[in-house]
Amino acid sequence: MSIGATNARPYLEVKDLNVRFETDDGIVQAVTDSTFSVEAGQTLGIVGESGSGKSVTSLAVLGLHRTRSNAKVSGEIWLDDQELVTATDEQVRLLRGGKMAMIFQDPLSAMHPYFTVGSQIVEAYRVHHPGVNKKVARERAIDMLARVGIPQPERRFNDYAHQFSGGMRQRAMIAMALVNDPKLLIADEPTTALDVTVQAQILDLIRDLQDEFGSAVIMITHDLGVVAELADDVLVMYGGKVIEKGPALEVFQNPQHPYTWGLLGSMPRLDREVRDRLNPVKGSPPSLINLPSGCAFHPRCPYAGRNGNRSFNEVPLLHGDVHKVACHLPPEARTEIFQQEVLPNL
Amino acid sequence: MLAYLIRRLFNAVLTLLVVTAVTFGIFFLVPKATGTDPALLYIGKTSDAASVEGIRVKMGLNDPIVVQYGKFLKGLVAGRDYANGPDVQHCPAPCLGYSFKTDQEVTPLLLGDLPVTLSLALGAAVLWLIMGISTGVISALRRGTVLDRVVMGGALAGVSLPIYFTGLLASAIFVYWLGWLPQGEYVPFTESPGDWFVQLILPWITLAFLFAATYARLTRANMLEILGEDYVRTARAKGLRERAVIGKHALRSSLTPIVTVFGLDLGALLGGAILTEKVFNLRGLGYQALTAIQGNDLPIILGVTLIAASFIVIANLIVDLVYGLIDPRVRLA
Ligand SMILES: Nc1ncnc2c1ncn2[C@@H]1O[C@H](COP(=O)(O)OP(=O)(O)OP(=O)(O)O)[C@@H](O)[C@H]1O
Ligand code: SF4
Ligand SMILES: [Mg+2]
Repeated sequence: MSIGATNARPYLEVKDLNVRFETDDGIVQAVTDSTFSVEAGQTLGIVGESGSGKSVTSLAVLGLHRTRSNAKVSGEIWLDDQELVTATDEQVRLLRGGKMAMIFQDPLSAMHPYFTVGSQIVEAYRVHHPGVNKKVARERAIDMLARVGIPQPERRFNDYAHQFSGGMRQRAMIAMALVNDPKLLIADEPTTALDVTVQAQILDLIRDLQDEFGSAVIMITHDLGVVAELADDVLVMYGGKVIEKGPALEVFQNPQHPYTWGLLGSMPRLDREVRDRLNPVKGSPPSLINLPSGCAFHPRCPYAGRNGNRSFNEVPLLHGDVHKVACHLPPEARTEIFQQEVLPNL
Repeated sequence: MLAYLIRRLFNAVLTLLVVTAVTFGIFFLVPKATGTDPALLYIGKTSDAASVEGIRVKMGLNDPIVVQYGKFLKGLVAGRDYANGPDVQHCPAPCLGYSFKTDQEVTPLLLGDLPVTLSLALGAAVLWLIMGISTGVISALRRGTVLDRVVMGGALAGVSLPIYFTGLLASAIFVYWLGWLPQGEYVPFTESPGDWFVQLILPWITLAFLFAATYARLTRANMLEILGEDYVRTARAKGLRERAVIGKHALRSSLTPIVTVFGLDLGALLGGAILTEKVFNLRGLGYQALTAIQGNDLPIILGVTLIAASFIVIANLIVDLVYGLIDPRVRLA
């Protein structure tokens, strides 16, 4: 191992990220003390139910909360050895769409309805290549459309987003995100709006492009199957907090947090009767304005009383070296519960 | 796009036909309802029965309404002859008949008023678009600040204050008190562009103030909505400068609904801005209509109504076409 390698930071390193929004109803604590990192060439999966802060986290990395006057972001975000929370708006703007890019959930609403898909890709390319003339940029855009598997790219270049099918639209969105060879790609539920076969194609495409460019990828999803398939590491979020993280294989084979167990239980499985397939975690997501004290999951956790009510105390991300979990249950107790009560029902 | 165009054109013609039928119906019914004889309105109550009957024949007032309407339509398209035996009066197309009061042909009378109304409406439109859109955008970008509140307060005043108040106030200040603008009458552009301009400044500003207020509120509301759209976030995520995000991506969509409102407002104004014309003594279509209503001069009222309606229908048509041009989702649907 070279000295450079040991000293180098991961390509993206986020430390103690906090994002809160001031609203009329009170302060929304959307992300609390989130710490994670992604190496170049690696994929981090972020999972968690709706409202757990996945999108807010990724928008924070891109500095997209800066234009919201009610948003407050603190902590550290290091991208390729540059700190972004304290950087100027202009510094972050130059990185956006350049070194770091994002693919959004719904490509129809994420593309401008009045500009052709091609012109939007050209625009993305030219912001970061100001010297390049229109013709070259156009060729680059067409080349990208071809790369992501869009047939007849010269012709599709002049089409509008609404003329594309859902899968083609998401491909075009990916072409736009990748046009400047970003070293960090954040995909925020890139396949939710698509049907299953198209989903698989899009995920394959992202994986192939990642192999080709060696980018770091953050894959945000509700679908644990996607994470299991694509991610090297996984981050489980609940109520804006990271409650479990570690190597994906580890987390799937030996999940530690009761909420993660719940998520695994809600996974659709082929060997299960259709009516039994979905089995979501009981109860509703926590209010981010009044987060439950201590372990935020305790109102919904079936094991909350098992450790002398310590669940109401603050719980840091504690146990484990690479596989970390925020739960007061001692590791032995957790293993026992998982083996005897959870696994048989999965 | 061609099918869309043809459909729209067809609709426009149909609408105009309905408008003529309705206005003509009213024209026919009003004298009936009030018990006045149109023939008497032409020649005065003192006339003897024979000459009244002569007028009836000449104007076709004895025909059934459908026949009268048919002749009226023919007059609009091809002109018509009013005849009572050897006494023939030709009214060239588009024939709108004769004024009850002065016996003048309505069409040339109204055509003479048109430049005044056109000057007023078009000038004011340019002004209110610039004022309304720019303040609306600024207000949206500075939402919640003192500037935003001041601008929106001003806009509220603009919407709620009547023209005769703002108009008279503006005259009092700029003409009588400060003396910056001369007191005077409308001067045709062809006579003296400079005087035309100077004389129209106050009416333009007064009228524009009223509309700019609406446009500022509309632009602000649209802009705020659009700024929350996913594609604006995408534009930022690409690394575009805030100037391009606002000025290109957000503004483009914010202005689309304004095209509709603008077309309809302008169309309506071209039929005459009654209050503004009255306050500033501009002898345009609105002024003419007001005088005609006061004098019960039905042919002129009918004429102005038709012109106003045509402008609205045409404006609608243009709006639809422009909309098709700026929104590919409409064009390619
Ligand atoms: N601008 C904002 N102002 C106030 N609250 C916000 C804002 N943006 C997000 N939130 C809140 O932050 C919380 C986290 O939202 P986020 O979009 O990150 O959830 P998510 O995990 O991406 O959910 P989903 O799976 O539905 O996309 C939500 O409760 C949301 O209401
Ligand atoms: S800390 Fe308590 S409430 Fe929270 S997950 Fe663990 S057992 Fe459940
Ligand atoms: Mg989300």
